[in-house]
Amino acid sequence: MPSSPVHDPLAPPAPGAVTETRTTTCYMCACRCGIRVHLRDGEVRYIDGNPDHPLNKGVICAKGSAGIMKQYSPARITRPLLRKPGSERGAGEFVETTWDEAFALLEARLAKIRATDPKRFALFTGRDQMQALTGLFARQFGTPNYAAHGGFCSVNMAAGMIYTIGGSFWEFGGPDLGRAKLFLMLGTAEDHHSNPLKAEISKFKRHGGRFVAINPVRTGYAAIADEWVPIRPGTDGALLLALIHELIALGLYDREFLARYTNAGQLVNQDAASDEFGMMARNAGGDPINPLRPHNFLWWDRLTGRAVADHAEGADPALLGAFALPDGTPVAPAFALLAQRVKAHTPEWAEGITGIPAATIRRLAHELGVTARDQGIELPIAWTDWWGKKHDTVTGNPVAFHAMRGLAAHSNGFQAARALAILMSLLGTIDRPGGFRHRAPYPRAIPPNARPPRGPQAVQPDTPLDGAPLGWPESPDDLFVDAQGEPVRIDKGFSWEHPLSAHGLMHNAITNAWRGDPYPLDTLVLFMANMAWNSSMNTTAVRRMLADKRDDGEYRIPFLVVCDAFESETTAFADLVLPDTTYLERHDAMSLLDRPISEFEGPADSVRVPVVPPTGDCKPFQEVLIELASRLRLPAFVNADGSRKYRDYPDFVVRYETAPGSGIGFLAGWRGKDGERSLRGEPNPRQWEMYAQNNCVFQHHLPRSLQYMRNWNRDYLLWAQQMGLRRDFDPIVIHVYSEILQRFRLAAQGRRPGKQPPDRLRARVDTYFDPLPFWYEPLEGQATDRALYPLAAVTQRPMAMYHSWDSQNPWLRQIHAHNYLMVNPRTAQAAGIMDGAWLWVESRWGKVRGMCRYTEAVEPGTVWTWNGIGKASGAWRLAPDANESRKGFLLNHLISEELPGADGGAPMSNSDPITGQAAWYDVRVRIYPAAPGEPEESWPQFAPAAAVPGAAAKRPSWLAYFAGKGVRE
Amino acid sequence: MTQLALVIDLNVCVGCHACVTSCKEWNTSGSAGALADFNPYDADPTGTFFNRVQTFEVGTYPDTQTVHFPKSCLHCEEPPCVPVCPTGASYKRAEDGIVLVDYDKCIGCKTCAWACPYGVREQDEKRGVMTKCTLCVDRIHDAALPARDRQPACVLACPTSARLFGDIHDPASAVAVAIRDQAGYALMPEQGTRPANRYLPRRRTAIALHADDLVRAENPLRVDGAEPGPAFPHGATEDFAT
Repeated sequence: MPSSPVHDPLAPPAPGAVTETRTTTCYMCACRCGIRVHLRDGEVRYIDGNPDHPLNKGVICAKGSAGIMKQYSPARITRPLLRKPGSERGAGEFVETTWDEAFALLEARLAKIRATDPKRFALFTGRDQMQALTGLFARQFGTPNYAAHGGFCSVNMAAGMIYTIGGSFWEFGGPDLGRAKLFLMLGTAEDHHSNPLKAEISKFKRHGGRFVAINPVRTGYAAIADEWVPIRPGTDGALLLALIHELIALGLYDREFLARYTNAGQLVNQDAASDEFGMMARNAGGDPINPLRPHNFLWWDRLTGRAVADHAEGADPALLGAFALPDGTPVAPAFALLAQRVKAHTPEWAEGITGIPAATIRRLAHELGVTARDQGIELPIAWTDWWGKKHDTVTGNPVAFHAMRGLAAHSNGFQAARALAILMSLLGTIDRPGGFRHRAPYPRAIPPNARPPRGPQAVQPDTPLDGAPLGWPESPDDLFVDAQGEPVRIDKGFSWEHPLSAHGLMHNAITNAWRGDPYPLDTLVLFMANMAWNSSMNTTAVRRMLADKRDDGEYRIPFLVVCDAFESETTAFADLVLPDTTYLERHDAMSLLDRPISEFEGPADSVRVPVVPPTGDCKPFQEVLIELASRLRLPAFVNADGSRKYRDYPDFVVRYETAPGSGIGFLAGWRGKDGERSLRGEPNPRQWEMYAQNNCVFQHHLPRSLQYMRNWNRDYLLWAQQMGLRRDFDPIVIHVYSEILQRFRLAAQGRRPGKQPPDRLRARVDTYFDPLPFWYEPLEGQATDRALYPLAAVTQRPMAMYHSWDSQNPWLRQIHAHNYLMVNPRTAQAAGIMDGAWLWVESRWGKVRGMCRYTEAVEPGTVWTWNGIGKASGAWRLAPDANESRKGFLLNHLISEELPGADGGAPMSNSDPITGQAAWYDVRVRIYPAAPGEPEESWPQFAPAAAVPGAAAKRPSWLAYFAGKGVRE
Repeated sequence: MTQLALVIDLNVCVGCHACVTSCKEWNTSGSAGALADFNPYDADPTGTFFNRVQTFEVGTYPDTQTVHFPKSCLHCEEPPCVPVCPTGASYKRAEDGIVLVDYDKCIGCKTCAWACPYGVREQDEKRGVMTKCTLCVDRIHDAALPARDRQPACVLACPTSARLFGDIHDPASAVAVAIRDQAGYALMPEQGTRPANRYLPRRRTAIALHADDLVRAENPLRVDGAEPGPAFPHGATEDFAT
């Protein structure tokens, strides 16, 4: 065969070009892989996974590989912008300003607020990875009105598990697929820890593991499951309770694990007449271990037939039965109450709710129970438990789980997540090989020690808050309410409406501020949060609220500042736009004080360093905060004489310590004067340099004896306290039964001193704060006529797109240029809708028009679409007639951020009544064909915004990117 | 004779498209680039991609399989695109079996695209030439790269390691072993093209349970004075196993 090419395919494509490779950390999603950025003549030529990075070990995803197109996106904002004088908010008309003017404006405005009523300033952030800094800024400013996006992301998953096992999935823990044999995945969004999880699932399958996916939809990971179990949305809790039922009925639980490491054997007061009803009986003479969190519980020793101190030498707690204390108080082990709770939750009961055949539920329970019991793992690792017992081995049961949205984004998600954590505990799989394993800084106390402020007195002019704005209530007294029991936060977080709202309720901040309930704001700063589009429920109304004025002509939200690197739907509503950098242009710290990238084997954190210069006048938001904090003289950011303490963000990261001399800062690696210390040590001026020389990542490997059973591993717990990962030195016993929830219930019943819910909320708190997991119909479903709205509508996260972020990316938008409503053919045909036809989707709250796509991979009672693909016309610098806006649609228009109050009362957030997690998977809809003659385009449509000053002059009609040539069109 | 190829494991591919964009970013600035995109920010964007993932469903609910199927030039051993090329631009390299297009000879007549039964050739409208997967020929033979990096971009990117790369003619190679051991198959063998790339099929793992697996004499319920139950309602659990 002749082979004499003219074009030599091996010749260098750009001879003589200057090439260079730098390492940093990806930010195309929340996964935070290590990347190598290859530059050619200063332009990004190639971004690949860093093979020396412990998280992704060289792999990279579709988004990460398309980072070049984000860096050079025409949607980049390159200048600080002011809303054009005389123009209306939302029209997107801007004039350029300078950073000096922007800072002067912000300084004057914020200084005045801080000196009068600091809570009139609110800072809400979206997909940021710098909550340690944004939270510190808010705290130092003295406003409680701070949160990131967790309230509408997955706080139910975090809180439900953390209040049960002291840890959670994603950054904080995950399935040990290296040793698991059976893996159950419920729902799941793919962005957190996604590349490592993909790699682990692949290895797991190749090693012969069995993978079961429980999901209304079969996409993504579920596609390669050995078995797909379709489930109706919002019913996972019922499935989990039925699995627990079956495991208990057959004795397929790990009794030894439950007895020693959970509160299953602790005695619960069963005297219905007592105000201590449902609380753990206390051993008055016992050792509280930690006065701040007393551990003096009682067991009923089945060997001697009497009540003894928990973990008494030689005792073995009864798990079933009912007993009486010497003073006559009736008590029962927590496990007995759980068994009682699930008694009626048979697989047949769950079948009616979930749509999963009872035989399938039963078989899944048997697979879980038998695999856990018969395929035990033993590792030759000696360790000592908290109570001093020495163990020659670490053992485990090879059954692992993973879950995220699906479980979380429902108003019953907290109890569902708790049911999952309890199921995992029953199987004896917490921080053991083959099951669930923690990632530092977890495990933490149940709940972790940070508490929200306790009342209006915590907010004082020119004064920092005395604690973090967000936290973990342990009792009603930790709620952030006034004397009437009403909220102090703008989002009503930590109030009786949503007591355990550990991540806040960003999804209600705009509506509440617009309404002035509980009070109006002055200035709202949004960072990287597309609140005028896919990050808000009830999007059309929220857009109206952002631009709405009072009778006196003043905007209801008087001053809106948006910091973003790109023109989004939200930047159009800003009074002041601050141009952020991209991830390739900035320093960042993925800190142990926030959400680090730790592995099972020990803590890890990482950084970004600039690999290309900033574009135009853009400036990292961190620098904005450091500058403002210095100008406002927030105490942590200035010297004793009030002078500026930190030159810039990198300087802050190096020198800031959580307390003077604590040796704990934003980064744990290369501390100490010469970088010789890890985790704790004095600031090292060369810390950034050392990270940069080490692939921008620091990893501490714990000795193997400290890698397992960390809730109760004495040496680990001691080490964790010494390193500042934990305040206290006490065990973290799993809460199969939640005394914490019972405290809120007793308060609601008026049986507990201290803070009381307003009367209108007593029944609500009493109902949902059940110390044992239970399933209830999601709140929206309870109030919706199923005959009118027979279908559930949910979104899925496409693996090649991150939220709304990537439609500006020409490579990624060729994968997902617009979305369809995915409908089971039987469902669609019953509604008279053809494949590919235009249809209406309608809920009680609104309707959207889009296109239908038949799919056999969805449960017939569910319709779904990709999240965040539909765009407002002209946003993200796409053409006004781009597919994203003409064919794509946003499901958020169908979802309300509030539900009407009971009996005509004031509306309340459409959220989980325990955590405030946005219930955006609860929506009920109906579908019908678009009428003949209707426009063949999605609805609603919005007037396109003009390009902002400083934007690229025109949209190229073609692109042929070749790095180093500077030629793109 | 060496025949380099990809072996794609459908058993672990989750359809993430990492192979699609990593291919694009490497090749647009490489010897096969630049790869044009039309209407990059307008309606109906379209561009040159050497590698695409098709997603399709098999079966009817609830017995549905969702299959993610990455597809690129299969580097046929009898490539029908080569003999039809009027200018000799389409050729198969003797040294490694890679099928390439010589852009300096290609006149963009698209005859090869008609000849290819797999639809994997990509006309670059900007340059007016036919393009296709090169197996990253400018990476895999680049001695300046560390040995680990001398693989196609898609292979290095793939988070599930679903893409194996090597010489299928070397019986000891990982790709040859995978094809042998895991029933690797060729696409459309009836075409006589002898595609070098192969696919590994889905495999299903099940747990066989037996009724007597469920209750042990040492049942934890008995420690607490209870008996396991209710007994199995319906026959043996083999009936449930899949």
